[in-house]
Amino acid sequence: MNSSKSWIKAYVPDLSCTDQEFFDAMTLSGTKTETYTPLDKNLEKIVVGQIKTIEQHPDADKLVICQVDIGTETIQIVTGAKNMKEGDKVPVVLDGGRVAGGHDGSPNPAEGIKIKAGKLRGVPSAGMMCSIEELGSTKDFYPEAPEDGLYIFPENTEVGADAVDVLGLHDTVYEFEVTSNRVDCYSILGIAREAAATFKLPFNAPAIEVKEDGEGKTSDMISVEIKDTDLCTNYCARVVTDIKIAPSPEWMQRRLASVGIRPINNLVDITNYVMMELGQPMHAYDLNTIAGNKIVVKRAADGDTFVTLDGQERKLDKDVLMICDAEKAVGIAGIMGGENSMITDDVKTVLFEAATFNGPNIRKSAKRVGLRTDASGFFEKGLDPANAEVAINRACQLINELGCGKVVPGIVKEGLPIAPLKRFALEADKINQLLGTDISKEDMIAILNKEEVGYDAATDEVIIPSFRQDLNQMCDIAEEVARFYGYDKIPTTLPKNSATTGGISFKMRVEKKAREVAQFCGFSQGYTYSFESPKVFDKLLLPEDAKERQAIKISNPLGEDFSIMRTIPLNGMLTSLATNYNRRNKDVRLYEMGNIYVAKSLPLTELPDERMQFTLGFYGDGDFYSMKGVIEELLDSVGMLDKVEYDPNAGKSFLHPGRQANVVYDGEVIGYLGEVHPVVCDNYDIGTRVYIAVIDMPHVVEHANFDTIYTGIAKFPAVTRDISMVVPKEVLAGEIEKMIRQRGGKKLEDLSLFDIYEGSQIKEGFKSMAYSLVFRDKEKTLEDDEVNAAMKKILNGLESLNIELRS
Amino acid sequence: MISEQLDKIRKEALKQIRESDGLDKLNEIRVNILGKKGELTSILKSMKDVAPEDRPKVGQLVNETREAIEKVLEETKNKMEAAARDAKLRAEVIDVTLPAKKNKVGHHHPNTIALEEVERIFTGMGYEVVEGPEVEKDYYNFEALNIPADHPAKDEQDTFYINGDLLLRTQTSSTQVHEMEKGRIPIKMIAPGRVFRADEVDATHSPSFHQVEGLVIDKNITFADLKGTLAEFAKQLFGPDTKTKFRPHHFPFTEPSAEMDVSCFKCGGKGCRFCKGEGWIEILGCGMVHPHVLEMSGIDPNEYVGFAFGVGLERIALLKYEIDDMRLLYENDIRFLNQF
Repeated sequence: MNSSKSWIKAYVPDLSCTDQEFFDAMTLSGTKTETYTPLDKNLEKIVVGQIKTIEQHPDADKLVICQVDIGTETIQIVTGAKNMKEGDKVPVVLDGGRVAGGHDGSPNPAEGIKIKAGKLRGVPSAGMMCSIEELGSTKDFYPEAPEDGLYIFPENTEVGADAVDVLGLHDTVYEFEVTSNRVDCYSILGIAREAAATFKLPFNAPAIEVKEDGEGKTSDMISVEIKDTDLCTNYCARVVTDIKIAPSPEWMQRRLASVGIRPINNLVDITNYVMMELGQPMHAYDLNTIAGNKIVVKRAADGDTFVTLDGQERKLDKDVLMICDAEKAVGIAGIMGGENSMITDDVKTVLFEAATFNGPNIRKSAKRVGLRTDASGFFEKGLDPANAEVAINRACQLINELGCGKVVPGIVKEGLPIAPLKRFALEADKINQLLGTDISKEDMIAILNKEEVGYDAATDEVIIPSFRQDLNQMCDIAEEVARFYGYDKIPTTLPKNSATTGGISFKMRVEKKAREVAQFCGFSQGYTYSFESPKVFDKLLLPEDAKERQAIKISNPLGEDFSIMRTIPLNGMLTSLATNYNRRNKDVRLYEMGNIYVAKSLPLTELPDERMQFTLGFYGDGDFYSMKGVIEELLDSVGMLDKVEYDPNAGKSFLHPGRQANVVYDGEVIGYLGEVHPVVCDNYDIGTRVYIAVIDMPHVVEHANFDTIYTGIAKFPAVTRDISMVVPKEVLAGEIEKMIRQRGGKKLEDLSLFDIYEGSQIKEGFKSMAYSLVFRDKEKTLEDDEVNAAMKKILNGLESLNIELRS
Repeated sequence: MISEQLDKIRKEALKQIRESDGLDKLNEIRVNILGKKGELTSILKSMKDVAPEDRPKVGQLVNETREAIEKVLEETKNKMEAAARDAKLRAEVIDVTLPAKKNKVGHHHPNTIALEEVERIFTGMGYEVVEGPEVEKDYYNFEALNIPADHPAKDEQDTFYINGDLLLRTQTSSTQVHEMEKGRIPIKMIAPGRVFRADEVDATHSPSFHQVEGLVIDKNITFADLKGTLAEFAKQLFGPDTKTKFRPHHFPFTEPSAEMDVSCFKCGGKGCRFCKGEGWIEILGCGMVHPHVLEMSGIDPNEYVGFAFGVGLERIALLKYEIDDMRLLYENDIRFLNQF
């Protein structure tokens, strides 16, 4: 919402503050000011000059030499402009002055353009005569300006006057961010009311009086029927005859221009002016095009089409409200009128419409019809039903003032009765209790009165004006009091009530531990999106019937690439690794802690299972076993390492078939790890081996345990025995270790693989492995016999696995 | 006789010790003189030829000689060892300015650093950290927060829908409702999490980002308490000199509502490129929980009152670490992450 300072001052005449003060004060009272733009920025030393003589430049065909009277003296200016004649009054920038921009329409430089006296082709020139563009504006807002050339003032303009002032450019345009609850502030009058309350100044709303100087009676010329009062609560109509289309007066043009509305003609400008001033859009029809002198407001039928006044055919449906006459539709309610009823330059009689339409319906209709207009932008906020009559009368008052038609006596009003003003108890004590303040009731009432909220002392009630639909209860009034009392004056305290302990949940603690482990192991944390493309499943070589393909679809995604909720966290990881690989970053290790979304059934009828996934990935330094080490660090840190096994039959399509494993805790799969399948690497354009691991955190959270019990430091010496063996290739280290642990008994403290070898000295189909076993008794020094007995059991066990011992 | 012999041995020994050039030589001298077959030992062995009455005296002489030699031997040995150690240390001088051997630890994501800061501050004030679902029911994301079906705020937030009833939450405020429905009062919670809005990816927008919601419900909570709590939060997050400014604003689920600005923590409020010359930076939205919201979640608004706030994590991360492009947060380039 834009407004010029001068327009606000039309209603708050005593307003006098700098732009910055206005900006700050309005923002602090709740009308957030986004920016302000002084219209006279970079306009310096510019006066109205009158061209006395024009002579050809002796050495340049395209230049002329003008003698220009600037009031105090006559100066010589050389120009290339063509559109002026002797006697014309033009804006003149004097030596040392400044203009906003060039005349070629390129963006204005921040500091403007400095003008100095000099010579053009040898002839002295003491300044510059300017176009409207050089003054920082455009022909859109000064329609009288020529297409190309100098701006020419009306004949009666005073020579030597401040040209910027004459053009109305000593003004500032403020841009306000109006919140959705403050429908009334989508109007200059609403903003001005806030300004008056903020600065505690008198507020002079325009007194609206219509001089009904036309012939006949409005109700004889038009009747209104509202068929769908759910979408149109009220409708006002007035008729103006003897229309004389002409440009609107300068003051109206300037005000419209200052808020970015292009002046067109008096009739259009009046409706736009009222829309901006009061926040109520209006429409004007050529009454001669309205069949049967009748307006019917009703829904369109599915499949109807309608040509709007921009010449476009629009497709309608039964939820689009139409303004019709006795025979046909003449406008889409609240959005745009029809080509068939539009005002032309030879219009004689105009039908004004001011109505209140259902906001959400207008918003939806505008979307479906594909046409969002200034008017629909207002209506969709849900306007004050009492405002329509005010607006139509204001428009007719302006018709009177501009002398562009005769207002027919009477107004036709249809629709639901306007509700009486809301009243409820002031509850000053509760307001202070809520705010933590001690504001007197009198001060509250004074604040409220300032913004036209009334107070009835007899009933101790506030009376809410119709334009404040947002005020419904005590807390709303508390906000009004607070913002004009000053949020900054409210004390700063801390809650004094019950003590709470706070803290993070066990789940968060486990996740934090996992993040710490990852970082300790050199992995940096990444974040990737929760939604991705369904093409991911093909990239990961997932079979057609893979459960991961059962993904939740977003019905209105930003595009296919963001259209499904991830069911597997690898795409984000591989994409991030690929980004790093393609940027030639070496040895990259990343992890992510993020949810996957598993539907219980599709289409989705209940909330999906959001499962936190701890995903690790790296390329460069390291191999499968490095990744396995990270997983074991994690499981060790949460007390789960003792029951972990690895199952090579993980069956992951996206992993190397011989280098993958499920991580199994106490018989339950809690994740997997492996080397990424070379085809998948190709799909992600990664030209090196990549290792990943995914741990399903809910499983870890279920079994994690941070309770550690100290077991003492061994007092008695250990006995170490090494075994070296030749093992059939298919026997896994895991099986051997399980066997050794089972048979080694309680005294087997530790075992570790210290050598593994396959190659020429070992027979085909076998590998050589060597383990170091540590035995210890916590209570006494171990006897050799005991160790020998344990070793014998172990060796027997190994033989059963077809393992041969090497000497 | 013997005393002359002893004197000679002593002099000879001291001479040899003086002239010795290393520990090995010193040891050789010790063995030659004091060893089992050494000169002094042989004198002791010849004691049998001494008259018994002279033996104690001779014995004493021998011991004195031995002690004298041993003392010098020990002193010389200590000196030599010290010299050798010094020489070794001198030879082992290294260039301490050579590059360090780095421990390759990973790095936090800036979002997480910001989140842990926020969590640290609020858990310290007794807040519980809770989580809520990211795929959410329309009711929790909108309706229960006073945003009914036709409310314009629903359009403003450009929601991703799964179907008519399920959506990707647009705000962590939905977690407020879940917490209130549990019916345990007082509530003092923060709820961090991922939220989604249909914004195209660019330098300042992302369709997925993170918020932290805060909610306090109790008896006699005031707007002044809200101000005090958030002013304390700002001081802890941005530094003890941070000033806060509360501007009236509108949120459907709070009334009165406010936006909080903090004095620019880059320039201290003088105006710079981070605060666009304004000296203030907008940080969060907040307000007193709307009575209708309390009521819908089964809390009696006549008895209880509360405040709520919501802060964008990315916003804090971008501002605090001077990150100029939001896309960097989701690209995971290691050269970016390594800086945190």
